[in-house]
Amino acid sequence: MTTSSPNSPAGLLAAPKPAGFSLGRLYSKVGMLPVLVVLYAAFYLLTLHFSEDGSTNFVTLDNSLNILRQTSINLVLASGMTFVILTAGIDLSVGSMLAVAAVLGMLTSLPGHAPLLALPAFIVAGLAMGVLNGSMVAMLGINPFVVTLGTMTALRGAAYLFADGTTVLNSDIPSFEWIGNGNLFAIPWLVWLAAAVVVGSWFILKRTVLGLHIYAVGGNPQAARLTGIKVNRVLLFVYSISGLFAGLAGAMSASRLYGANGNWGTGYELDAIAAVVLGGTSLMGGVGSIWGTVIGALIIGVMNNGLTILGVSSFWQYVAKGAVIVLAVMLDKWRQKQSGLN
Amino acid sequence: MSSIALEMMGIGKRFGANKALDQVRLTAYRHEVLALMGENGAGKSTLMKILSGVYQPDEGEIRLDGKPVRIASPADARAAGINLIYQELAVAPNLTVAENIFLGAEPRARFGRVDHDAMNRRADEVLARLGARFSATTPAHRLGIADQQQVEIARALIHDSRVLILDEPTAALSDRESERLFEVIRQLRDDGIALIYISHRMEEVNRLADRIAVLRDGSYVGSMTRAESSPQKLVQMMVGRPLDDFYQHKSEAGAGPVRLEVQNLGSHRVRPASFKVHAGEVLGLAGLVGAGRTELARLIFGADARSGGRILLDGQEVDIREPLDAIRLGIGYLPEDRKGQGLFLQLSATANTTMNVLGRHARAGVLDHPALKKLTQQAIDRLAVKVSGTEGIVGGLSGGNQQKLLLARWLAIKPKVLILDEPTRGVDIGAKVEIYRIVHELAAQGVAVICISSELPEVIGLCHRVLVMREGSLAGELAGEAVTQEAIMTLATHEAA
Repeated sequence: MTTSSPNSPAGLLAAPKPAGFSLGRLYSKVGMLPVLVVLYAAFYLLTLHFSEDGSTNFVTLDNSLNILRQTSINLVLASGMTFVILTAGIDLSVGSMLAVAAVLGMLTSLPGHAPLLALPAFIVAGLAMGVLNGSMVAMLGINPFVVTLGTMTALRGAAYLFADGTTVLNSDIPSFEWIGNGNLFAIPWLVWLAAAVVVGSWFILKRTVLGLHIYAVGGNPQAARLTGIKVNRVLLFVYSISGLFAGLAGAMSASRLYGANGNWGTGYELDAIAAVVLGGTSLMGGVGSIWGTVIGALIIGVMNNGLTILGVSSFWQYVAKGAVIVLAVMLDKWRQKQSGLN
Repeated sequence: MSSIALEMMGIGKRFGANKALDQVRLTAYRHEVLALMGENGAGKSTLMKILSGVYQPDEGEIRLDGKPVRIASPADARAAGINLIYQELAVAPNLTVAENIFLGAEPRARFGRVDHDAMNRRADEVLARLGARFSATTPAHRLGIADQQQVEIARALIHDSRVLILDEPTAALSDRESERLFEVIRQLRDDGIALIYISHRMEEVNRLADRIAVLRDGSYVGSMTRAESSPQKLVQMMVGRPLDDFYQHKSEAGAGPVRLEVQNLGSHRVRPASFKVHAGEVLGLAGLVGAGRTELARLIFGADARSGGRILLDGQEVDIREPLDAIRLGIGYLPEDRKGQGLFLQLSATANTTMNVLGRHARAGVLDHPALKKLTQQAIDRLAVKVSGTEGIVGGLSGGNQQKLLLARWLAIKPKVLILDEPTRGVDIGAKVEIYRIVHELAAQGVAVICISSELPEVIGLCHRVLVMREGSLAGELAGEAVTQEAIMTLATHEAA
């Protein structure tokens, strides 16, 4: 038998074991990883080709850490988004929540306020906004797209109002400067934090009762209710954790840049959604994984980094990113067809 | 005189290591209804998907009117005049009937406009031929399931169907709607179309089919005319062993104490109902579709809000506001819509069977996977579920195996009261018999079972006592020798005598 041990992480959500070997079946297991690898190799060759001295720093350790650091904030947002999308919901407000949390945290850090409470302020602000989203979706039964479209707009306004239309700057932030600028074992704390978020999310999704309930609610909400799952509580949780992660992402970006304004995080929700979808998580809910989201976020990170090193204009970067998202999802559809049910 | 419309010869199909079909043959004649029978997993669906171009056979030949054809896609099948009406209907609710019928093949007027006049006229012609009670311009969302089915049949007729395949068309229909469908089928047969009718229901096949072909485990077992067939013979061909007294499983009447008592339980759809169920008893809940049986069950289970009434479990009044309350008290409810309300199709067998008891096999919210798998394996063994393992997703399993897993989910809570809503719908005979066996086992263990069923022989064969509902209220109670099809139908349709 080649089946996984009872403790395998794939656990209760694993796909059926294929009987024979084929490219499609192999692909159905590794997901978008090949796309990431191909992109990485392509950028290596391209940067090599276009470099003047015949060498490239694209694959150096420094640049690799750069990619990871640049990916970290999106990965944290995308992890929260994975929870939400697994329940067939969507959270459009993550960018705005990030801005509000960043501004409130920076305000707290100002001299004369409560500098030591800045870090909790980021997190609690994010969590509170997430709970607000979750309450409206779960208790009032309003469509999540509408709820978070509303909070996306309203919280964006709130961020500008809290910042009084300017940028809150503070270079003296000893309590959380380490987040955006410090290293642990030569790896940026930003990367450690993103990794912790991913591992924590994986644990919740694959190893806990709550995680299985999230998949159940996303897969069949009616059946979930008839099975005694508190659907509202599950929904409240996923939007809350998305808010919590947005607050953390706010702390990460404010710390990195020693400041925050109402404009922070604009459009981040789309990168987060793109990462989740690239990772093979179904917008219909009930299917997907956090590892997919990691791959998805890295694909976006590698593209941003590689295109910038190549000196491609940001306008073309948008075009390229959009094209890759659509192409990758087309590939994913084909993959699912290969591994699909008979 | 009937002539051969379709011949399939030596058809073989593998999926990986599984041989789904092996040297299967099938002949369909014009002016005939051919019933295709077999247990779930026997290969009926695979064979029909080959015929309609969804799958390609690994070997074998298909002939239409004596000429070999290759059906590489559903479009090829349609072009050849082969149409398949699926169990799951695909009618676009926001379009009119005519737009649905002509979907993708709209008659064109000048400048590429859709010629609505011609479309409606031709649609009405076809609908008249089917005896439909709606017109071409009716919005599809106003149609019931039976009418939607007619729209699909009309779509096949527009495409000049020569072979029409119906896959369990009556699964979601009431008796009266089924009757109308049968008339349509006979009409089409008389028009010279070769019909292939897939069904589990012996009674229907007996009434409708001119010939019957049986598959078992991917192989062709044989075919016969209706006159040559008998229920015993067909069952034997399907399961490969004789099944005497198919419905005669009635166990000793439960004489236990009152387990569940319902007093004046009602809602806006159910008039206040009162009844008792004893431990070890199988109580039937009969009535026409829409009589309020499911609604009453959902009230007991806490799935819908009630307007009044009390529920007593073992003599104690209990407060059930949501399904979770009922589950905690040991009341289970197997819903009638297996896929829509029961299963998590993308999740594993383990997740599906243990979803109700995750909390008992977790520490601080962290799942004990080995324990859950063990539990699932035990259930799989006990209920004889055919799965490749505990971790395969359940979406690809046959109806019978899915139903057993769903039943296992409720057995896991060790229920005191178990409500089964159409427990054998869309389930093959082998699985049916096993489900009956489980019900009797449960009753023997002192569980109070409430069984909702539209199959009267099942109600009569399985239940000790039968409550009959009509238009939202309890119309009467039958017990012992008084439980007959006639008595149930009388109560279900007329004022009680």
